[in-house]
Amino acid sequence: MTTDAAPTEAVTAPPAPGAPDIIRVRDFNFFYGANQVLKGINLDIPEKRVTGFIGPSGCGKSTLLRSFNRMNDLIDGARHTGDIRLAGRSIYSADLEVIALRRLVGMVFQKSNPFAKTIYENVVYGLRIAGVRDRDTLDEAVERSLRGAALWNEVKDRLNDSALGLSGGQMQRLCIARAIANRPKILLMDEPCSALDPIATMRIEELIGELKSEYTIVLVTHNMQQATRCSDFTAFFYLGDLVEFGKTNVLFTNPTEKRTEDYITGRFG
Amino acid sequence: MDNPVTHAADFFGDNSPDATKAISRSLGNRLLTGLCIGLSFLAMVPLVSILCLVVKNGLPLLDWSVFTELPPAAGMTGGGFGNAAVGTLTMVGLGLALAAPPAVLAAIYICEYDPRGRLAGTVRFVAKLLTGIPSIICGVFAFAAVVVVTGKFSAVAGGVALAVLMLPTILLTAEQALLGVQNTYREASYGLGATRFQTVFRVVLPGALPAIMTGVMLAVARAAGETAPLVFTALFSQFWASSLMEPTASLSVLIYNFSTMPFEHQVKMAWTASLVLVLLVTLTNVTAQLVFSRRSP
Repeated sequence: MTTDAAPTEAVTAPPAPGAPDIIRVRDFNFFYGANQVLKGINLDIPEKRVTGFIGPSGCGKSTLLRSFNRMNDLIDGARHTGDIRLAGRSIYSADLEVIALRRLVGMVFQKSNPFAKTIYENVVYGLRIAGVRDRDTLDEAVERSLRGAALWNEVKDRLNDSALGLSGGQMQRLCIARAIANRPKILLMDEPCSALDPIATMRIEELIGELKSEYTIVLVTHNMQQATRCSDFTAFFYLGDLVEFGKTNVLFTNPTEKRTEDYITGRFG
Repeated sequence: MDNPVTHAADFFGDNSPDATKAISRSLGNRLLTGLCIGLSFLAMVPLVSILCLVVKNGLPLLDWSVFTELPPAAGMTGGGFGNAAVGTLTMVGLGLALAAPPAVLAAIYICEYDPRGRLAGTVRFVAKLLTGIPSIICGVFAFAAVVVVTGKFSAVAGGVALAVLMLPTILLTAEQALLGVQNTYREASYGLGATRFQTVFRVVLPGALPAIMTGVMLAVARAAGETAPLVFTALFSQFWASSLMEPTASLSVLIYNFSTMPFEHQVKMAWTASLVLVLLVTLTNVTAQLVFSRRSP
């Protein structure tokens, strides 16, 4: 694996307006075997904002998202060149344990995936595996995280029931609660609403709006309305290239690239 | 509306060629469904008739005393097979204790740690090979490995023979059980900062446990009925075993011995022992299912 830091000054990163950047992607290429799925990505993601990744299936947006917490390490034959820096530090540096990285960079998946455990045990999973035993700390984390995920009022009387008895939308919010129990800095969301009905989707979108005051959120979505509703910044990917990145309202109303315009006006994708 | 539908015949087009075809297709569908149901019942005939025969012939001598008394000598009446029942339980338990931990751990290795590695491939191949090995070979192996070395027939040797028999079954079903755990659970666990060890033991293994137990129970059911491996290793005994290192009776060997005797009482006792064996296996199965299906919250 190449972990060399990219020569940052030589790179022309897209302008990152507003907030300071927390994630900096530099000359990032990614391969599954011989198949290159990301080509020379340079991208700065601002802190405590929602950044949406859009693009047709297979454009590499999920792959980039899953690179931020190195989930792609689990895939055979995956390799990369270039670098991703988190608050100035390479996520591939030898002194950053991948399990520590994943605590800092939480993830919510496309399909909600609560464990076959109680609601309580789902939320404290991240703490338990980190060795937290103190009951008060765990209780406090459960209430804080479930409140944070706007789920507390619905489940506070049945914390010891199985998480599998919840509705689809509740399960997804439980997964968000489980992720924020670790007190991450960044939340990665990989099409978190694609399996939910409109009402549940609306609740998650509202939640995303609330969470961004505390977390940097990167949201992959197939739904362009969702991108316009939720994200402050949007990145459009196509066939492994980052085509355009900028403020959401600018990108959707006045795209500079022809391919972006074609995609957002529904001419392909 | 230009063309109002006034009759059902207009609407459904009862006389059109399409409708005729639809009728014959649905007839074919019903015939095949009937055939499948009929054949399912046919498949149950051997099973049910064996059960009926065992119950009919085994029930007359079944009472509590068969579990407390020793086998009758040739030509004598009365008695029971308490030592054989205990022997079977002991040796199956011993075999399970020897086989299950390494089988499950090996399954975890080949499924979770290095599924495409050379070692995993070898283990998988050998396990599949072992499932096809005649049980008598397991007996001969345990004879050479334990009986010859320790110099005596024993429950330990019987347990080893049954363990060799159970190992591949448990390993392969455990691997399938682990593969059956959806990857989304592993991702969720890794995504929260879990190590592989934590992911396996906190998420994957609990998820796979009910299916693993099914495999274990299958192995137990098969081992409990095996005669050949025990004839070579545990032999038989007319007495209560006082240690694991002496010849030990088992239900299967007792059935084998008694059913070939020219005495009516012994043959009847063999039937009763068969019934007890069937009940024992069923009971463990049901208990295991109950215990492990209730484990998930």
